[in-house]
Amino acid sequence: MALSNSFEESSTIGDAGLIVHAHDIHKSFGSLEVLKGVSLDVVRGEVVVLIGPSGSGKTTFLRCINHFEKPDVGFVQVNGHLIGSKLDRGGQRVDASAREVATQRAEIGFVFQHFNLFPNRTAMENVMLGPIKVQKMSKEKARTLALAQLEKVGLSSKADRYPAQLSGGQKQRVAIARSLAMSPALMLFDEPTSALDPEVIGEVLTVIRDLANEGMTMVIVSHEIGFAREVADRVAMFDDGQIVEIGTPQQLFDTPSQARTKSFLSKVL
Amino acid sequence: MLISTLQFDTSFFWHELFGPSSAFLGGLWRTVYISIIAQLLAVVIGLLVALARRSTLRILRGVAGAYVWVLRGTPLLVQLVIVYDGLAATDIYRFQDVTVLGVTILASVQAAILTLALNESAYMSEIIRAGLAAVDVGQNEAALSVGMTPTQAMRYVVVPQAMRFVIPPLGNDFNAMMKSTSVLSVIGVPELFLITQEISSSTFHTFEIFMDAALYYLALTTIWAFVQTWLEAKIDRSWGIERAQRSWWASIRERFQDPKTLGIGRRA
Repeated sequence: MALSNSFEESSTIGDAGLIVHAHDIHKSFGSLEVLKGVSLDVVRGEVVVLIGPSGSGKTTFLRCINHFEKPDVGFVQVNGHLIGSKLDRGGQRVDASAREVATQRAEIGFVFQHFNLFPNRTAMENVMLGPIKVQKMSKEKARTLALAQLEKVGLSSKADRYPAQLSGGQKQRVAIARSLAMSPALMLFDEPTSALDPEVIGEVLTVIRDLANEGMTMVIVSHEIGFAREVADRVAMFDDGQIVEIGTPQQLFDTPSQARTKSFLSKVL
Repeated sequence: MLISTLQFDTSFFWHELFGPSSAFLGGLWRTVYISIIAQLLAVVIGLLVALARRSTLRILRGVAGAYVWVLRGTPLLVQLVIVYDGLAATDIYRFQDVTVLGVTILASVQAAILTLALNESAYMSEIIRAGLAAVDVGQNEAALSVGMTPTQAMRYVVVPQAMRFVIPPLGNDFNAMMKSTSVLSVIGVPELFLITQEISSSTFHTFEIFMDAALYYLALTTIWAFVQTWLEAKIDRSWGIERAQRSWWASIRERFQDPKTLGIGRRA
C-alpha cells in the first residue's frame, strides 16, 4: 500500500498519448471495500466502456477519475495532471486545493445518469454557465458557444426551454452539450441512458457515437451491450471491485475468457 | 339595561379605521419598515449562519450552532430588554438617536431592528439550512463537474435553487414578525401597538381602537400573503413550471368530484 502511494510509480507524466492513467485504485465506504485495486490506461481518442453487475464498482471508479471520490490508495492522472493532488517541494504528494481540483475538473466532462440539469435555467443558460463562471467568458461569446453546442446535439431549437419542458432524452443531450462547452480532454459518462425511456435512448447514443467518431476520449459506464460493441475500442468487465477482464468488444463479448464475464453476459445479452 | 351599558362608539371606530390620525399612521409605518428591514437583515445573517453550520471547520459549526441555540432558546422580549436597557444600564452600549440624510432614527428603533433581526436570523438559518439540504446533491456535483469551485457551486447553483424551498416558511416567519413587532412597545418603540395603547388611554375607546389596530395588522398580513403567492409563482415560472390557473371554487369542487370525470390529470 505504501508503495502504490508513492509517486515513483507514476512514470507516465508527459506521455502525450495517455489521457487517463489510473493506478491501483482502492476505495472503501465505511467497512465496504468498493474498489480493490483498479488500474486502467486510456489513450487519446479511445473509447472504453465499463460493464459489470450493480455494485461492482464501475461508477465509483468513474467518480475517482474526476475526483468526485478520493481514492484511499492509488492515484489517477488525467492528461498528465495528478488528479486531486500536487507535489510539494519535497516531491511528496499532498492534497490539491479546492480551486486546483476545480481547474482539473474543468477539462473532464461528466455526464450523469440523472442529467442534473440546473432546473432554474434554460437549456442555453445551462450550457453557458460553466464558460461564464469558470472560464470568465463574455456572455455574448458564451451564447454563441452554447448555441453551437446545442446545435451539435440537435437541440438549438430548444435553447430557451427549461429542463422541466424537455424530454429525458433532450435533457441528457443538453447535459452533454453543457460538458462539451468546457472543451474537455476527456468525457466520462455514468450510465447515461439508464434513466431514459426506451424510445429516446437512441438519440442519446447517437450523440455519443458522433463524439466517438470525432475522436473524443471517453470512459462510459453502460448496460447497453449492443452500443458497447459498436462504439467501444475496449470493454472492461468489472466484478467485485476489480476489472476481471478487459479487451476489444469482439474478444470480450464473443470469446470471453473469464467465467464471471460469461455468466454476466449470459444474463444481459 | 344591558344594551344601554354597551358603549361601542361606532363613529369613532369607523373614523379611526378610514381616517386614522397621523400618530396612528406613524405607528403603522414604523411597524411596516421595522419588520421589513429586520426580515431582510435576518435573511442575510441567517444565510451566513446556515453556511457556517455546513462548514468543514468544526469550530465554525460549533459557534453557529450555539448562536442558533441561544437566540431560539430565549424570549424575544428578554432579548429586547437586554439589548436596549441592559447594555445601557451597564454602560456597554447606549443606543442614540441618529440622523441620516435628514431622517432621524430613534434609539429604540435601532435596538428593535437589531434585536428582531438577530432573533429572526436564528430561525432563518434553520429554514435556509433545510432549503440547502433540499437541493439535490447532483446539482452541486453538476456544478463541480464543469469546473466550479465548491464556493461557486454554492453561490451560482445551490443557493438560488434553495430559494424556492425557503420562500414558503420565510413567508410564515415574516407574517409572525409583523405581529411580534407589538412587543417592541416594551422598550418604547412608537409602533402600532404602543400608539394604539396611547390613543386608548387618552380616549377610553379601548375596544374600538384595538379593533382598528387588529384590522390593520390583518391587512398587513393579508397583503403579505398576496405578495408571497406572487413571489412563489414568479419563482416557479423562472423554473419553467406553470401553475395551474384555477379559481378557488374550481379547486374545492375538484376535491369532491371523481377525478376521471374531470379530464385533467395531476401535474407531474
